[in-house]
Amino acid sequence: MSVVEAPVVPVRRPSTRLLRSELWLIFGRRRNWAGLAILAVVPTIIAIAVKVSPPGGGGEGPNFFASITSNGLFVALAALTVELPLFLPLAVAAISADAIAGEANLGTLRYLLTVPVERVRMLAVKYTAIVIFALTATLLVAAVGALLGLALFGGGPVTTLSGTQLSFADGVLRLLGVCVYIACGLAALGAIGLFVSTLTEQPIGATVAILIVNVLSFVLDSIPQLSWLHPYLLTHYWMNYGDLLRDPVSWSGTGQGALVAGAYALVFWTAAWARFAGRDVTS
Amino acid sequence: MTAPATATATTTSGPGQPAGSLAVESTGLTKRFRRQVAVDGIDLAVPRGSVYGFLGPNGSGKTTTIRLLLGLIRPTAGSHSLLGQPMPQAAARVLPGVGALVEGPAFHPYLSGRANLLRLDAADRTAEPGTARRRVDAALDRVGLLAAAGKRYRAYSLGMRQRLALAAALLAPRELLILDEPTNGLDPQGTREVRALLTHLAAEGATILLSTHLLSEVEQICTHVGVMHLGRLVAQAPLAELRAGAVPRVRVETDRPEAAARVLRELGMSGVETATETATAPLGRLAPEKIVAELVRHDVPVRGFAVVAPDLEEMFVSLTGEGFDVSG
Ligand SMILES: Nc1ncnc2c1ncn2[C@@H]1O[C@H](COP(=O)(O)OP(=O)(O)OP(=O)(O)O)[C@@H](O)[C@H]1O
Ligand SMILES: [Mg+2]
Repeated sequence: MSVVEAPVVPVRRPSTRLLRSELWLIFGRRRNWAGLAILAVVPTIIAIAVKVSPPGGGGEGPNFFASITSNGLFVALAALTVELPLFLPLAVAAISADAIAGEANLGTLRYLLTVPVERVRMLAVKYTAIVIFALTATLLVAAVGALLGLALFGGGPVTTLSGTQLSFADGVLRLLGVCVYIACGLAALGAIGLFVSTLTEQPIGATVAILIVNVLSFVLDSIPQLSWLHPYLLTHYWMNYGDLLRDPVSWSGTGQGALVAGAYALVFWTAAWARFAGRDVTS
Repeated sequence: MTAPATATATTTSGPGQPAGSLAVESTGLTKRFRRQVAVDGIDLAVPRGSVYGFLGPNGSGKTTTIRLLLGLIRPTAGSHSLLGQPMPQAAARVLPGVGALVEGPAFHPYLSGRANLLRLDAADRTAEPGTARRRVDAALDRVGLLAAAGKRYRAYSLGMRQRLALAAALLAPRELLILDEPTNGLDPQGTREVRALLTHLAAEGATILLSTHLLSEVEQICTHVGVMHLGRLVAQAPLAELRAGAVPRVRVETDRPEAAARVLRELGMSGVETATETATAPLGRLAPEKIVAELVRHDVPVRGFAVVAPDLEEMFVSLTGEGFDVSG
C-alpha cells in the first residue's frame, strides 16, 4: 500500500464517435433542418415555375433554365447556379461559425477540452463535419432538383454546353462532378469559417463575418479594374463548374479552382490552429 | 441517489502521504489578465486522498486557478502537475482520470441531459463505446437525475443543471475531482446528497479539490483547506492543524460587560472586546478557572462562561478581511 502505483496510462483508441456526435449535432438540430429545407425549396420552385411557364430559348452563358424542358437534370444545375452565390455559402457560414464560437458561447468548449479533446483533434473533427455538411447541402440541392426535374420533364440523353450528346448515366456523373467541385469551394469557405470561429465567442457575429468575406470576394471579382486580383479570389473560379459540362471536359479552369480552394483551406486551417492551439478558454 | 455502480479508480494512497505524492502541485502559478493579476504565484499542494477545500471571497482567483490547473488557460508564470505528471504536456494522459466542474454547468440546450452526457462520453477516446449508455445512466442515477434524463437541457432547473454537470464529472472512474462550487443552486437534500457522494468518493480513494463558499460544507467533509485572497494563497493546511493553531477565546456572559472587561484587563489579557451582554478576549496562558474566580471576587455577575475556539468563518474573515466589496 505504501508504494505509489505507476500511473495507469489509459488506452486511447482512434475513434469516430466524436465525429458522429458532431454530425448528429449538426443534422439533428432544428435550425439546420430549416436551413436545409430552404435550400431544397429553390429547386422545387424552379421546377414548378418552369413547368408552369416554359422559358423561350436563347440567353447568354450557361443558361440551364433554357435546357430544363429538354432534360430534367438541368433543374439541379439551375438550382445550384442560383444558390451558389448566397444560399449555400450562408449555410456553410452558419455551420462553420458554430464550430468553435458556438461551443465557446454555450460554455461546452471548456468541458470538451477537459474530457480531454486535444485542440488539434477538435479542429480536425469540426472541419471534417463542416466539409461533410457542405457536400451534403450541395448534393441535397442537386438531388431534389434532379428528382423533381426528372419527374416533371423526363430524362434521356444530356446535351453538353458544347452541343454534343451524352448518355443519361454520363450526365448524372457530370452532375456529381459539379457537386463535388462546388463542395470544394464551399469547404474552403468552411476553413475560413473555422478560423473566424476561433476568434470570437459569438456565432452570429462569426456567421456575418464569413458571409461578408464571401460577398466581398464576389464584389471584388466583378470589378474589372481589379483583374490582377481575381485569380487569388476564392469565389473567382466557383462558376467554372460549367467546364465540367463541356465535351470534352475542360480541366484548366476547374483545376485552377480546386487548387485555389485547397490553398485557402490549408492557409485558414493553419491559421485556425495557430490561433486556437494556445488560446485561453475563458468562456 | 444510489450506491455507485462503477467505483472510482483504486488508488493506493490514503491520507498521510510521503511528500512525493501530491495529486495537485503548483509552483509559482501566476495568471495575469490584461489589467490585473488574477492568480499571483500560488504554491498549491493537494495530497492524494485528501478533500481539499478551496476557499476565498468572490473574485479572489479560485475559478481562474481551476482553469489553469485544467490547462484551459495558460499560466503567465509558474508550473503545475496533476497526479504527479507535468501539465499541460501530460494533459491527454492525465485528464481522462480527472473529473471537472468549472464555473457552473454548460451543455447543449436542445439536447437531453442523457444526450449531452453521451456526447461528452463520445469525445473521450479512453471510454469504452459499448458501455456508454450504461455508464451514462449510472452517472445520472448517482446524482438523482435519471427521472429527468430524457428532458431537454433547456428545460432543466438550476439544480438539475448543476446535477448534470456533476454527473459529467463522474462519467468515468476518476482519481481526481476538481469541482468549482459543486453544490451551487442545489436544494438542501441535493446538497446533503452531494456531500455524501463526495465523502463516499473520497473514501474510495479519490482526491477532491473543491471550491466553495459554504464553510459548513468544508467543516463537514474537508481534510485540508486552502484560502485565496486577492489572487494569493494566504493559507494552506490540514483542517485539524488550522483548528489547533487557532487561538481560543474566553467569553463571559454578563449584564455588566464593562466591569467584566476591566477584570479581564487587570488579569493582563489584551484584545478585550465587549458587546451588549458579553465580554470576550483571547485566552492566552491563563487558566480559565482563575478568570472565573477573579470575576466573582470583583462581584461581576457571571451568567455564563465559555472557552470557545473560533469557527472557520472567523478564521476565514481574519485571513481575508471584513470588507464586503469584491476584490477587483
Ligand atoms: N477572462 C478574464 N479577463 C479578465 N479578467 C478576468 C477574467 N477572468 C477572471 N478575471 C478576473 O480575475 C479575478 C479572479 O476571478 P475568478 O473567477 O477566478 O474568481 P473566483 O475566486 O472564482 O470568484 P467567485 O467566488 O465569484 O467565483 C477577478 O477579479 C476577475 O475579474
Ligand atoms: Mg468562481
